[in-house]
Amino acid sequence: MTDYAQHYEKLYTIRSFETLLLDEFASGIFPGTTHTSLGQEANAVGVLAQAREQDVVVSNHRCHAHFLAYGGDPTALYAELMGKPGGVCGGVGGSQHLQWRNFYSNGIQGGTLAMAAGMAFAEKKASRDAIVFDFMGDGTLGEGIVYECLNLISLWSLPILIVLENNHIAQTTPADQAVAGSMTARFEAFGIPATHLDTCDVVEVQEAAGDLTRKVRRESRPQALVIETARLGTHSKGDDPRDPRDVELLWDLRDPVERIGRLLQDRERVLIQRKVDERIRAAFETALAMEGQPT
Amino acid sequence: MSETRPATVLQSLNLALRQALADDPRVLLLGEDILDPYGGAFKVTRGCSTAFPDRVLTTPISEAGITGLAGGMALRGLRPVVEIMFGDFSTLIADQVLNHIAKFHGMYNGQVSAPVVIRTPMGARRGYGPTHSQTLEKLFLGAPGLTVLAPFHLLGASPLGAPGQLLYDSILRQDGPTFFVENKLQYLLKLLGPEALREYDLRESFSADGFPAPCTTLSLKGAPPPQVTLTAYGYMADLALQALHRLAYEHEIFAELVIPTCLSPAQPDPLFASLRRTGRLLAIEEGTFSWGWGAEMLARSAEELGPALKRAGRVAAREAVIPVSAELEAAHLPQVSDIIRQAREMVAA
Repeated sequence: MTDYAQHYEKLYTIRSFETLLLDEFASGIFPGTTHTSLGQEANAVGVLAQAREQDVVVSNHRCHAHFLAYGGDPTALYAELMGKPGGVCGGVGGSQHLQWRNFYSNGIQGGTLAMAAGMAFAEKKASRDAIVFDFMGDGTLGEGIVYECLNLISLWSLPILIVLENNHIAQTTPADQAVAGSMTARFEAFGIPATHLDTCDVVEVQEAAGDLTRKVRRESRPQALVIETARLGTHSKGDDPRDPRDVELLWDLRDPVERIGRLLQDRERVLIQRKVDERIRAAFETALAMEGQPT
Repeated sequence: MSETRPATVLQSLNLALRQALADDPRVLLLGEDILDPYGGAFKVTRGCSTAFPDRVLTTPISEAGITGLAGGMALRGLRPVVEIMFGDFSTLIADQVLNHIAKFHGMYNGQVSAPVVIRTPMGARRGYGPTHSQTLEKLFLGAPGLTVLAPFHLLGASPLGAPGQLLYDSILRQDGPTFFVENKLQYLLKLLGPEALREYDLRESFSADGFPAPCTTLSLKGAPPPQVTLTAYGYMADLALQALHRLAYEHEIFAELVIPTCLSPAQPDPLFASLRRTGRLLAIEEGTFSWGWGAEMLARSAEELGPALKRAGRVAAREAVIPVSAELEAAHLPQVSDIIRQAREMVAA
């Protein structure tokens, strides 16, 4: 398998998972709501290709891509979303609150950066040679604790790669109505070098993340990576005030799955799609067949 | 560590921090202005940074940030102790405590633990005014996953003193997060040793489950059967003890005083036991009157005892801003005289 094919399979796994999730949501199998990672798959796959076994990953409310790219089991994630005992967190956490191995997510904005910073402190203190990957979005920049943490992360030289996925929209509010000034400058103001990337190409993300990860490991200091990305889905399930034509344009221009898929032969691409779709369907069916909560 | 036993609550807590740092390399102190020679606004951490320079971190004025970091540290194996300089500032850490640290264990289905201790001094009577005098622990009482403790100024059997032992246990002998409520005037109280306790019958009990925090039931030795149960914690336990004396010697009203050190989850069995003897409950707290610890104690007691609870009342702070003026502040706060007046009314009725 070529590198492209491997990348494609990883991206398409997330895409297939999220698509099936949205398709099945109407059936009422899933309680509550969910935030999908449609359009942001390359960030998760590209960045977490750099994670080593001992590293820690902290994610947010939009965490499915991060969890799956980290190596999380689609069956366990479906079961979690269904609220079953066999889920990632026994059906307690649900879509936003996942914990498996060194992966943690929380649905509260801003506080996850504090959590990630504390973890980076602990890893450094214990000399475990681990770094922390923290994923946040442009909307999170509105939270005050972010700046307390950027200050502490820089002050205490914590080994953390902060990945800011700027999808240009926070729920329904465009970033230009919520974020003043420059996003990279916010990190730089605290002495945290920030790299800006405007791409949906997983290879570019992986290479940039590779450079930064090496620096974080070598210098035991923080780095930030701001990725211009696109939310191709709604915020959760039906809340998207954007003009559908604009979203369609984003699908044409900024779909990371399509982008890498174009580099494959049609036959190879279709084979991967079929294989992954089957695997994801099987994961869904397995989760569906699992015992529910004891009553 | 020092061979001499602590004389005050402050010394006891200080000793506990030093002992915890000495006993376990996972222990870490974080807080504003906690380094020597200053040693913290109330000196609880004095000497710690000199003895353990790598594990005592002074921080920027970022209560939410440092508390949030402590949560992450605890998830990855450390046992951080956060000092919030004034209890009033605990509003700044509410999200970190309620939506992060206290949630981790439960929402991650028991797969992790977050042993964070947050210590903070509540309380007024020092003229610090509206934003540096409040008693706000009620905001955290009843939060699932969080233990709220408040020490009682007993010397006890521990070399650390009872307040210090309680703090030490919360740092090293449990895996969940703790909100540890101190009090500015309580710091200066002398620990009650055998000499001071000679005139009391004293029972210490521990809840069968939950945090192993002692609850003390006190009455005057040789007194007639008690007519009313007083319950109070922290610094108010000292005022309640003064009231218990004066009720007996000036009014011939005999009371039992129940002093829990674990406020939440509530461990009310010793209180119920006392109420079965007296049938009257007076709950005493420094926080404002409504929706507080006293209200919960009354509700629990009513549920447990039914008609056997004949009378119940509360002594608490007025529901207004705490004034700086000494006269106004005194009028705002629950005093010994308030406890006596209400206990007398209750027994007379």
